[in-house]
Amino acid sequence: MIYLHLFWVFFKIGLFGFGGGMAMISMIRMEVVDNYNWLSANEFTDLLAISQMTPGPISINTATFVGHTQAGILGSAIATFALCLPSILLMIAVLLLFFKHKDSPYVKKTMDFLLPVISGLIIAAAILMCDANSFATPISLLIFGFSLTAHYFYKVNPIVLIVISGVVGYISM
Amino acid sequence: MFSKNNFLGGIFSAFFILFLMKNLTLNLFLSFCKIGAFTFGGGYAMISMVKDCLVDKNKWMTEDDFWDCIALAQALPGVFAINMALYTGLKINGKTGAASAAFGAMLPSFIIIVVIASFFADLNSYESVAKVFAGIRPCVIALIFSPGIAMLKKSKLTIKTLWLPIISLSLICFLGVSPIIVIMVAILLGIISARISYNKIK
Repeated sequence: MIYLHLFWVFFKIGLFGFGGGMAMISMIRMEVVDNYNWLSANEFTDLLAISQMTPGPISINTATFVGHTQAGILGSAIATFALCLPSILLMIAVLLLFFKHKDSPYVKKTMDFLLPVISGLIIAAAILMCDANSFATPISLLIFGFSLTAHYFYKVNPIVLIVISGVVGYISM
Repeated sequence: MFSKNNFLGGIFSAFFILFLMKNLTLNLFLSFCKIGAFTFGGGYAMISMVKDCLVDKNKWMTEDDFWDCIALAQALPGVFAINMALYTGLKINGKTGAASAAFGAMLPSFIIIVVIASFFADLNSYESVAKVFAGIRPCVIALIFSPGIAMLKKSKLTIKTLWLPIISLSLICFLGVSPIIVIMVAILLGIISARISYNKIK
């Protein structure tokens, strides 16, 4: 049963995952933390940290990880495969239609609507992750402010920021 | 670590790999393995490495073809890195190429995460590791806010579209609506508004 649930959850996410890894994170969080209670909010945030620190696409890393916590390596394989399956099916559809509609007004107009919605989605995921556990001390706020400024304005590499935050956490908490 | 699930998973993966070995474009597979193993920060960080490898170094495809593939990979839903691997692989060596590239892009992260996940449950019980993660959590949240804000800026909001991010954010945060439903409604609205403006031109 758990395999079926894993497959269904990640298939849906692969199918509606417009806007890159971060937009998918908000979907994965809703399903994994709120709907199925597979992970606690804290565990999910830790898992995200690991997904960002390790190489490869963030959504694949997260799917593999969630699958593993629920059903071992087979769970990982099913979650990852389910996440990629919609892309494969869509590629076959594209082969058949050869993407005649790339410049159609429908596609353009829909993208106009999707971009603002996706940014709302990503910010919602971030807001939902802000809880007392993630901001335990005033130092947490400092780390948050520093990381946001460094990443948004100075494009500092996320791995560098995660390592710095980890060291600061180890020393101060 | 040695549960029934892991045993079954091992057998399943072994068969899958054997099956793929018979139908693989080895060069493409290895190139994407390398790219997958060394790019941090998700699919968009991969673009330059993929271009380096496929267009500049190996000359497997022209630059124009490459950017066509990227545009296609971006427009469709799903994991961007996988889409990119599928379409460049398809261009280079048909369906076999697509399968080899996508599998290569996925495999390194899969292996790395499975290894980490096997140990993580124990690691987290150490106090020092817990401290490190307490420091990392606010940073991870900041790393999600940042692309959200960047995308908000990129979508060039006007007074007519300002309500879109606000409504979708409130629906998800305060009413617990699934992001999948929000995306579906946005697609529907896009199609309807295209239909309306199309009829006007007519």
